[in-house]
This record gives sequence, structure tokens and C-alpha cells, in this order.
Amino acid sequence: MLGALVIVFREAIEAGLIIGIVLAATRGVHDRGAWVALGIGLGVIGAGLIALFAEGISNAFEGSGQELLNASVLGAAVVMLMWHNAWMARHGREMAAEMASVGEAVTAGSRPMTALAVVVGLAVLREGAEVVLFLYGIVATGTSTSSLLIGGVLGLAAGAAFSALTYYGLLAIPSRYIFTVTTVLIALLAAGMAAQAVQFLDAAGMINVLGHRLWDSSDWLPQDGILGRMLRTLIGYTDRPTELQLIAYVATLVVMAALSWVAAPTRAARAAA
Amino acid sequence: MMRALAFAYMAAVATFAAPGAADVGNAQELNLVIRNNKFEPEEIRVPAGKRVSIYVSNEDATPEEFDSTALKVEKVIPGKSKGLVRIGPLTPGRYEFIGEFHADTAKGVVIAE
Repeated sequence: MLGALVIVFREAIEAGLIIGIVLAATRGVHDRGAWVALGIGLGVIGAGLIALFAEGISNAFEGSGQELLNASVLGAAVVMLMWHNAWMARHGREMAAEMASVGEAVTAGSRPMTALAVVVGLAVLREGAEVVLFLYGIVATGTSTSSLLIGGVLGLAAGAAFSALTYYGLLAIPSRYIFTVTTVLIALLAAGMAAQAVQFLDAAGMINVLGHRLWDSSDWLPQDGILGRMLRTLIGYTDRPTELQLIAYVATLVVMAALSWVAAPTRAARAAA
Repeated sequence: MMRALAFAYMAAVATFAAPGAADVGNAQELNLVIRNNKFEPEEIRVPAGKRVSIYVSNEDATPEEFDSTALKVEKVIPGKSKGLVRIGPLTPGRYEFIGEFHADTAKGVVIAE
């Protein structure tokens, strides 16, 4: 039971943090709950499918299918997060002003909820597939299913609590600053995902350069501890980054800043004039 | 065509890299077996500063995840199948890995020298 609890919780933390941030970033969008639920639902189905076809995926592309799938999933999430931040750069200020004047119940029009629902779905899919495979392994070896179920449910509940903690923590931020904070969080989230994605491309044998370790801070802050794991999801912390990972991280932040700058309303208006 | 070539290469590698290759200090392709939720061998020596391919064969019926933050690897090997784990270039030292789904028994270490 403890094994199931630990593994499910560990995976649920990562998805939970992302869901918490997405919910905070979409504060004021009236149908965001439905979008996020849709993302979670599709993610769970996707996780089941990946677990079901694990062997085929593993053997695809000369044995690198799993790495390429992970890299693609992360890459897609990075693109969605970039889209969201560029959109927010364009419309965020008016929304924040609207929210401050009218209150919390403003429906903020055509927020790119699809993009964020996809991000939630991809996060659940990535973490969920591992959980499904692990639980399947336990069931197959004949451990009692009820204790497994209890462990799994407890792990999931702890993960959901984490999600709620993130969300309410972010809600404590005054609404004037909330979009700035979530935009920064989303940029860091995306940069961390990009750094993970290039590591998967490296593991797939697609990239064979800049693979040397830059530093090792695993004695001080191991990335598989609770704090390390949270920081890994939140800001992309890695205790032994490679040169390529650092480059991908910085490049993503630069690209997102540039996109936001280009999309900003004053600039766009000037360009149109 | 490229794919067929690559496949033939991999098949050749899988054939010639015998399990005993792990004992031969400097091989760059190694074999590792998962049996009864344990790694065999539990200690692998690899050359430092080089990229190394480890062919992991899971003989158990249940899936396992080759997991090592030290080696920066997370790879699921489904039951009764094989997986390729690429590591390195490593600085000399000990790098522990586990089978995450059976962390209490599946443990091993890569020694780069």
C-alpha cells in the first residue's frame, strides 16, 4: 500500500502543481473548470493508452520511441505555454483592469483555454502513464488489490491537496499582480520542460553534443526529494544539468520574453500604424 | 533504407554484446538483465567520457522503470521485452540506478572510470 501511495503521490505532485498554476492563471474565466476537467479526463485516457501500448511505443524508432514521445509531449506543452504567455502579453493588462473594477466574476472572453487544457492533459498523461504501468505491475504479481486501491487513492488525494495548496497560495496574491506572477511561473515551467525535452532527445540518441554535466548539487538539494521535485516542476530545477539543458532553458525564456514583447498591445498598435 | 540499416546494426550489436561484456572494462555497448525484480549484473563498469548504450532485457512479466537521476535516465521497460538506455559522457565516479517499480530489490550501480 505504501509503495502505491508513494509512487502515485510523487507523480501527482507534478501534475498537481501544473493544474494549480493553470487554475490561478485562468482566474476569472467562468468555464475554466470544465476546460481543466476536460484536460484531466483526456490525460487519464491518454495515460491508459500509453500504458496499454507501452511495448509498441518502446520498440518504435529503433528503441527510442518512449524518449521521442516524451520529448514531443514536452515540446507541445512548451509551445502551448508560449502561446498562452504571448496572448496574455496582448490582453492581460485590460483583463486585470477589468477584474479590478468589476470584480472576480468577469468572463474574460476568448482566453486561450484550449492551450492550457492541452498543457494539463499532457501533464496528466505523462505522469499518469507511469502510475498505470506501476499499478499494473503490482496487480499482475498478485498483491492485494484493495490495499493497492487505498494506497493509490491516498496518493491521488495528497496530490490533489498539493494542487489546491498551489492554487490558494497563488490566490493570496492581489489580483493586480496575479497575471504577472502566473506569467512568470508559466515561463519558468516552460523553460524547465524544454530542458527536460532536450534530455529525452539526448537519451533517444537524436542529439549527441553538449551532454557534459555542468554542476552537481545533488548533495545539497536532490531533485528526487520533495522540495527538489517541486522545484523541478516549478522552475525546472535539475541537480545535474547538462550544457544543452541550460541552453534550452535560457533559450526558452528568451524566446518567451521576445514573443511577449512583440505581442504587447502598444507595440502591435505601432506596427499596425 | 536507413531504418533497415539501423535495425540490422542494432540486431548485430544485440547479438554480439554478450552478457559477459559487462566484465570487459571498456565496452561501449552493455547488456543488463532484469530477472525476479533484480538487475543482473548489479555493477556495470563503463569508460568515463564516452557515450554508452545499455541494452536492458526485462525477463519478468511485469514492467520496470530504469530510473537514475545520477545518470539522467527514466525509461520504462515493459515486461518480457528489451529497452535501450543511453548514458554518458560521464565523469569518473559511481552512479546508482534503481528499478523504480521495485525499488527495494532492483538496485544497481554504474562505475565510470
